[in-house]
Amino acid sequence: MPSTKSEAPVTQFTQCRVLREHRLQREDLWVRDGRILDPEKLFFDEQGYADQRVDCEGSIIAPGFIDVQINGGYGVDFSQPSEDVSSGVSFVSQKILQHGVTSFCPTLVTSPPGVYHKVLPQVKVHDGGAQGAGVLGVHLEGPFISAEKKGAHPERFLRTFQSGGIEDLMEAYGSLDNVAMVTLAPELAGSQSVVRELCRRGVTVSLGHSVANLSQAEEAVLHGASFITHLFNAMLPFHHRDPGIVGLLTSDQVPAGRTVYYGMIADGIHTNPAALRIAHRAHPSGLVLVTDAIAAMGLPPGRHTLGQQVIEIQGLHAYVAGTKTLSGSIAPMDMCVRHFKHAAGCSLEEALEAASLHPAQLLGLAERKGTLDFGSDADLVLLDDALNVKATFISGEEVWRKSP
Amino acid sequence: MRLVILDDYDLASEWAAKYIRNRIIQFKPSAERYFTLGLPTGSTPYGCYQKLIEYHISGDISFKHVKTFNMDEYVGLPRAHPESYHSYMWNNFFKHIDIDPANAHILDGNAKDLEAECQAYEQKISAAGGIELFVGGIGPDGHIAFNEPGSSLVSRTRVKTLAKDTIVANARFFGNDLTKVPSMALTVGVGTVMNAKEVMILITGAHKAFALYKAIEEGVNHMWTVSAFQQHPRTIFVCNEDATLELRVKTVKYFKGLMHVHNRLVDPVLSIKDQQKEEN
Repeated sequence: MPSTKSEAPVTQFTQCRVLREHRLQREDLWVRDGRILDPEKLFFDEQGYADQRVDCEGSIIAPGFIDVQINGGYGVDFSQPSEDVSSGVSFVSQKILQHGVTSFCPTLVTSPPGVYHKVLPQVKVHDGGAQGAGVLGVHLEGPFISAEKKGAHPERFLRTFQSGGIEDLMEAYGSLDNVAMVTLAPELAGSQSVVRELCRRGVTVSLGHSVANLSQAEEAVLHGASFITHLFNAMLPFHHRDPGIVGLLTSDQVPAGRTVYYGMIADGIHTNPAALRIAHRAHPSGLVLVTDAIAAMGLPPGRHTLGQQVIEIQGLHAYVAGTKTLSGSIAPMDMCVRHFKHAAGCSLEEALEAASLHPAQLLGLAERKGTLDFGSDADLVLLDDALNVKATFISGEEVWRKSP
Repeated sequence: MRLVILDDYDLASEWAAKYIRNRIIQFKPSAERYFTLGLPTGSTPYGCYQKLIEYHISGDISFKHVKTFNMDEYVGLPRAHPESYHSYMWNNFFKHIDIDPANAHILDGNAKDLEAECQAYEQKISAAGGIELFVGGIGPDGHIAFNEPGSSLVSRTRVKTLAKDTIVANARFFGNDLTKVPSMALTVGVGTVMNAKEVMILITGAHKAFALYKAIEEGVNHMWTVSAFQQHPRTIFVCNEDATLELRVKTVKYFKGLMHVHNRLVDPVLSIKDQQKEEN
């Protein structure tokens, strides 16, 4: 074997451009044991070399995309309480590999406690592989949100913090095991202690579906909130005397060393490109691309179920049936990356990092995910120059390849 | 000696790379008989390495049966530091070619016992059958490897403290901060290089001109250690015009007049892929 220290085979990806240190570099990528390998160490420490080479024919290799807000897809709705939620999650996790997504947070919209109690125990954090993208934890969007900004969420299941904050949360959800993120409205009384407690438990707190003003938003950030759910949507519009949640992008109250990230649905529908550009230019390092995809993503036009409501697909738009309220996106992640690059006029590197590095940083996973640094998990997406997905790898194994 | 003068840096790099290529091909290295090559680092040989990589990628040359021995390495600099000679060799040469990692030898500046490391290195060279071709450069103070002025001309691989000139010259790789430049290095000795069957010294740039003058037009002197190679039976100095600025016109004219002879040494010889074509 080609190495003195390890039996595991070494794979060398050649003829590729690797996203590393924020630049696309003409470098080979080495993988062993599901992780990115330092070839120089392999050469000098182990006198090892590659067992197999994969010719990437000039492709771009980026870290696998991470989707932190996805409600379902391909007919599966994560918020539908069924006896076998995990097979629905698995089905979607396998389907999204073709979009370059290697890790995701299945998202549940506002639901009654019964749904949470039934669904949450069935969705576990687990690594991805040939069977599908990895689950990083559930994103609970609601029910502690503003009635005025409920969007597609069912009003009758919205809640406030009555007893003492976290108890309401636990009563609604049942458990926070396997929960990666909670979206809430910080203007709700009693939210501060909830934000603090969630952060203490390692759950990312996101602000959204809210009519909070900038001060309320800043206070939530002080208590630990670090994300904004789909910026611009379901919040007060930017106003020059009270920028609201949007003002967090340039707030000087964000504690030193901390970043406020913000989700952007770059499907060309949820946000006007000019607004996208304003946000991007104001705070490029915080931009996180999300699909907010609903069950209808990947399905033909028609009526489908989301949470406790029915929605209707018309072309690329998905509305709450009978209204013009957007109920979610059906643009897959790779389309969002392409649209974002085009609309923002940003570099390839920036577009790719918005879907990989930034979500990993948001979730505190950047040591292992979202980069191609040595030691990171080898979750990769091979793309052509137009950012179309050619192949997807998880832990160094090919899990999807575009048919020729 | 041969003094091969090319117009510019690129042509000098190309001539040197072609010479190395030809020597390896003509040697017909095999698993039973490796070609041993001594190698330098620094900005001078960079172009030569680029050319060798090009010849490798085009299929003209393989390093499968080549063993390499680098001249030197800093003491105490972490091996992964971007300015270590291990990093230089990996990034600028080894990662682009097909050399077996077990055959790429570089002194370990972080060894627990530096003297033992040096002695082991000398033994590795002997065990490999000696160096067939040692490629080197020259410092502005006329040193070969890190054999600073005053080094014994029969020295072997050992630890050396760097001279001020050398530290200043290397500061540009350490953010121009003299305090960050390592002060000691492990280096092959002048005697070690003299033992090679053939020595090729690359010298480019006006700032090396005076050192070249001292090395070949003055006497053998331990203050200009490259001068030792006046007493080696097979030495080639490859340089560009700028490096000849301190030489006598007579010297330059004489050797330029020999370029037709020198160029025959780098005529394309049957490369590996051509040999395979012939066999098929």
